This record gives sequence, C-alpha cells and structure tokens, in this order.
Amino acid sequence: MNLHSMIAQSLIRSTVDVFSTMLGTELPSGEVTVEGTVEGATSQPNDGVVSLIGLAGSWAGTGSLSCSAAMACRLCSAMLMTEAQSVNEDVLDAVAEITNMIIGSVKTDLEAELGPLGLSIPTVVFGRNFKTRSAAAAEWIHVRFLWDGELLRIKMCLAPSEKAHSVHHSGNSACALDV
Amino acid sequence: MDSDVLVVDDSAAIRKILTRVLRQTGMAIQTIHEAGDGQEALALMAQHRIDLVLSDINMPKMDGLQLLASLKASPQWQNIPVVMITTEGGETKVAEAVRLGAAGYVRKPFTADQIKEKLMGILEPAATL
Repeated sequence: MNLHSMIAQSLIRSTVDVFSTMLGTELPSGEVTVEGTVEGATSQPNDGVVSLIGLAGSWAGTGSLSCSAAMACRLCSAMLMTEAQSVNEDVLDAVAEITNMIIGSVKTDLEAELGPLGLSIPTVVFGRNFKTRSAAAAEWIHVRFLWDGELLRIKMCLAPSEKAHSVHHSGNSACALDV
Repeated sequence: MDSDVLVVDDSAAIRKILTRVLRQTGMAIQTIHEAGDGQEALALMAQHRIDLVLSDINMPKMDGLQLLASLKASPQWQNIPVVMITTEGGETKVAEAVRLGAAGYVRKPFTADQIKEKLMGILEPAATL
C-alpha cells in the first residue's frame, strides 16, 4: 500500500472512530481525493472553522479539519452534550480536540511505517472570507464526509522533512490549503 | 474516604467529558479539580490533597510526561497514581510513560468503560446505601 492510500484509509478510520466514540454518532464513509501542488495555485476564500495541527519528525506536514460554523456548533453539542448556539470558546476547543484525536490517531498509524512523529498543539481559525496556506508539502490527501447534510473536510499533507524543507525554500511549488 | 481527582488537559472539552465520565463511574470521588497544563497541575496539588491524576501528554508550558516526572521525583507526591489519557499512542510515548511510573495509559478517543476499567483498583467504589 502506498503512503497516500495509507493516509487516506487512516483518516477515514480515525474520523469514523472519533465520531462513534466521542460524539456517539455514525459517520458515513468518506470520499477521498488527492490534490497535487499547482504552481501559484490560490484557493477560493471560504467561511467557517478550520483547525490545523502540525506533524514533525523525519516526515513533516499538517493535518486539518474544516467545516461550517453551524457544523462546528453541532460537533460541540454532540461532544459535550450541551447546546451550542454560536461559535464560542467551547466550540473552538471541541473542534480543536476532535482534530487532535483524528490526526493523533493517524500519526500513531503512520509511526509504524515512518518512525516517531511529533504533534503540535492545534490552532483553530474561525471567520469569513479567509484562506490558509502551507508551503511545506506537495500534496494533500482530502477526505470529505457528509454529516447531517453538511460537508466535513479532513486533510493531511506529509513529506520527508528534507523535501519539505527544500520545497519550503524553493518558493515555486507552494501548496495552498483550500478551506 | 472519597478521593479527590485532578484532571489535566489543555482542552476544556476533554476536561468536561472526563469530569462527566468520572461522575458516572460509580467510584468514590469527592472533588474533581481541573488544570490546563502541568504547571497549573503542580500549583493545584500544592493546595489540595489529590489522590489520582488523569493527565494528557501534549500540553503547553509543561507537558504530561514532564508533570509525571515531577510528581515521581517528589517525596510528597511520588505515590499518587497518574493515568495518562492522550492521543499519543506510539510505543515510544507509552514506554516513556511506563518508565516514568504511570499507573495506566488510555488512548483518545476513549469510552467511559475504558476509563472506568482503568480506574478500578485505583479508586474505591462508592459506598452503596
């Protein structure tokens, strides 16, 4: 199995597992796509919540979860069993922790093949008309889930550290994270 | 005597869930204290009699393994059981936690049953009427 397939399967398994265990809900299997780097690529601005976690070690990259503000509230409500009406500290914290559990579980799966990896503290962004961008890797593996009629996107990019370093400094093949 | 438990996690969501789960375990728990990192945990432990620590690993300021090492190096706190509850499921981290003296290790995501099972033998069951 190649690395992309391994990451995709692990993203699906861990997301379904976190939803089942921590949110008490079943998530239908996700749709997987791989996005390569396009020089000068720019993403369209979006609204909602995006949570990012860095991976470091002999391989380096980023994992992310993105969804609408309404879905972020529903995630928080399901996780904490309290009604969240709008995006507040509890909602952002819940989204960060869900991302942490999903990407942390994927990290554990990948460590069997790639060796020890470090995991950063999550960063969560909420707003409108924003874009995020990572210059550290060449390809993103996307998994899209449909939950309660809305899209939940889980993504990861990972590359050998030297490659990530050279890509980062070459300045001509950045990877835009479309959120 | 009912126990005091300290939950250490930088996620308020996880602290809330663990507090709810702990109350549902049927164990004899009096007070559940919360800390957002290892430094806060040590400050709370200096103020309260803590019988059990549940700690995350990846936290700002002082992580869970540093907290565990500090507790095990302290004559005052070295016998307090510490259970790690974390997304860090790699063998290296588990081995490090065991080497430092962790009483148990639970991987996130967790179920209430997993937490209860891990705490059996550490905490007393609540007295029944």
